[in-house]
Amino acid sequence: MAETAGAHGAGSQGGDHGDEATRRDFLYLTAGAFTVIGGAVAIWPFINSMNPSADVLAAGGPVDVDLTPLEEGQAITVMWRGEPMFVRYRTQAEIEAARETPLDDLIDPQTDEERVKPGHEQYLVVRGICTHLGCVPLGQRQGDERGEYGGWYCPCHGSHYDTSGRIRRGPAPMNLIVPPYTFADDKTVVIGEEGEAAA
Amino acid sequence: MSGPSQPSQFTGAVGWIDRRLPVFSYLEKEYRQFPAPRNFNYFWNFGAIATVMLVVMMATGIVLAMQYTPHVDMAFNSVERIMRDVNNGWLLRYLHMNGASMFFIAVYIHIFRGLWYGSYKQPRELLWILGVVLLVLMMATAFMGYVLPWGQMSFWGAKVITNLFSAIPLVGDSITTWLWGGFTVDNPTLNRFFSLHYLLPFVIFGVVILHVIALHVVGSNNPLGIDPKSPRDTVPFHPYYTAKDSFGIVVFLIVYAAFVFFAPNFMGHPDNYIPADPLLTPAHIVPEWYFLPFYAILRSVDFDIWFIDAKLGGVLAMFGALVVLALAPWLDRSPVRSCRFRPVYRWFLVLLVIDLIALGYVGANAPDDEILSGLGITWLDLGHIAMPWYFIHFLVVMPLVGKFERPLPLPLSIRDAVLPTRGGAPMTTAAPSKQA
Repeated sequence: MAETAGAHGAGSQGGDHGDEATRRDFLYLTAGAFTVIGGAVAIWPFINSMNPSADVLAAGGPVDVDLTPLEEGQAITVMWRGEPMFVRYRTQAEIEAARETPLDDLIDPQTDEERVKPGHEQYLVVRGICTHLGCVPLGQRQGDERGEYGGWYCPCHGSHYDTSGRIRRGPAPMNLIVPPYTFADDKTVVIGEEGEAAA
Repeated sequence: MSGPSQPSQFTGAVGWIDRRLPVFSYLEKEYRQFPAPRNFNYFWNFGAIATVMLVVMMATGIVLAMQYTPHVDMAFNSVERIMRDVNNGWLLRYLHMNGASMFFIAVYIHIFRGLWYGSYKQPRELLWILGVVLLVLMMATAFMGYVLPWGQMSFWGAKVITNLFSAIPLVGDSITTWLWGGFTVDNPTLNRFFSLHYLLPFVIFGVVILHVIALHVVGSNNPLGIDPKSPRDTVPFHPYYTAKDSFGIVVFLIVYAAFVFFAPNFMGHPDNYIPADPLLTPAHIVPEWYFLPFYAILRSVDFDIWFIDAKLGGVLAMFGALVVLALAPWLDRSPVRSCRFRPVYRWFLVLLVIDLIALGYVGANAPDDEILSGLGITWLDLGHIAMPWYFIHFLVVMPLVGKFERPLPLPLSIRDAVLPTRGGAPMTTAAPSKQA
């Protein structure tokens, strides 16, 4: 490229540079590079405008959940960031079942202790979105199908979750995600705010 | 710079325009004189039919957009208002809704025509690839259009499909957030889908023009798959094929009208008449019928392939299904185009159609349900056979059959094959390798 540009540009560039890069080569390259950079900079606002806006981000702030009406064995669903969050008050048997499961049996190995807050082991808080393709699993309401492991069952493609929200069978690749949350007091959980380290 | 250089065959006002902008010369050359093989059958109607459907979809879509409100609180009701209160709104919406299905029917038959008669082969590779691009654009447009009424299937379909992108390693979650414009499928998503649903048909229109230009450079294939060799093998496009296409279009529109007036919801799903509810997943999320085989391919990959997990594998398989289709010109090694002369491959192509229908049923049913109760075979089991077969067809059958099959003797020319010769039977010759 330098050769042809040098040969053709010789007349107007004042002198034959042979294989040397000419001023014209330099101008082509710098102009070309700045056109590309300028184009990329100009496109960015268009792309970035499609990212979550300030009001959407603000509406995604933390929510307080009052756990007083919740009794052992029951579960409630609250909305955070447009998605259902499952809060389940687990029975002693459910907690034991989750804790006695060997990690080797798990698709996405995680202990039950890693998925709850110390001192609040009876409450399991997970994002109620199947990690396969985003359906809402069944198991929150009385009489719902809870799958083979007593947790949740996703009706879309048949994923079974256990009483710790861990994936046990089916196409989902991961456990139900534990959202950031903290306990304001024994009966109030704040979803969307990370407190003392767990998870 | 002394005025128009092209002499025109037109006179008067038409000639004046044509010497400055040769639209009339173009139409004369490409749509009147354009030499088309004399032996087209009715499969050759479906390009024109698909074009008509594109125009119908754009016309009905533009007026529907005047009444539709792209907001999560109002979208569903605005569609119901179109159905009940807007003058002829029910007709326009049913035309648009069923038009999408009819468009896909036309395009799928058009694609099958291309596969059966080898239209994808040299020198029509780029024409074929442009066709696959059109299919992808149509799928994107149809998917986003289906979201707009904001019913249960709209919402959950959007959720499932946009979540596919989260399977992309490293950047998947950022991409899905960007696609949604939020933390889930919500109002920003609906707004952008409306915008893109309005845009993409014009992009499709542009690619259709490229598709037609590419066609008019290399000329049409025909049921025999051999090239026209003399003017005796062709007829002018007008009036011969304008007439034949018009007849086919009318028959197709009768079927279309039958759906619109007598069974407008036959190809839809009743759950989409329930307003979207982010807390309640429908028992079976089923896409529109034209996506079912692809949906089945997605779901049938429920196992890890080396380091690729099942979710990413399913997504790759679904998009891979379109990629192998685009690569057909290079995967098929047979020099003979038409299945009329391919005694072995034609049965494999029939099998592929059966395979796609089977995949359609797999996509429509819950994976763990048994096909026949008591037999112990589930739809997923069928998917585990039908999904790989699709890829085996393109990646193994196409190259190997092309190599080992012995084609039937090809006719000497189109005219010899379709017109009785004075001496008796049409002449044939065994020289398959010379053509193409």
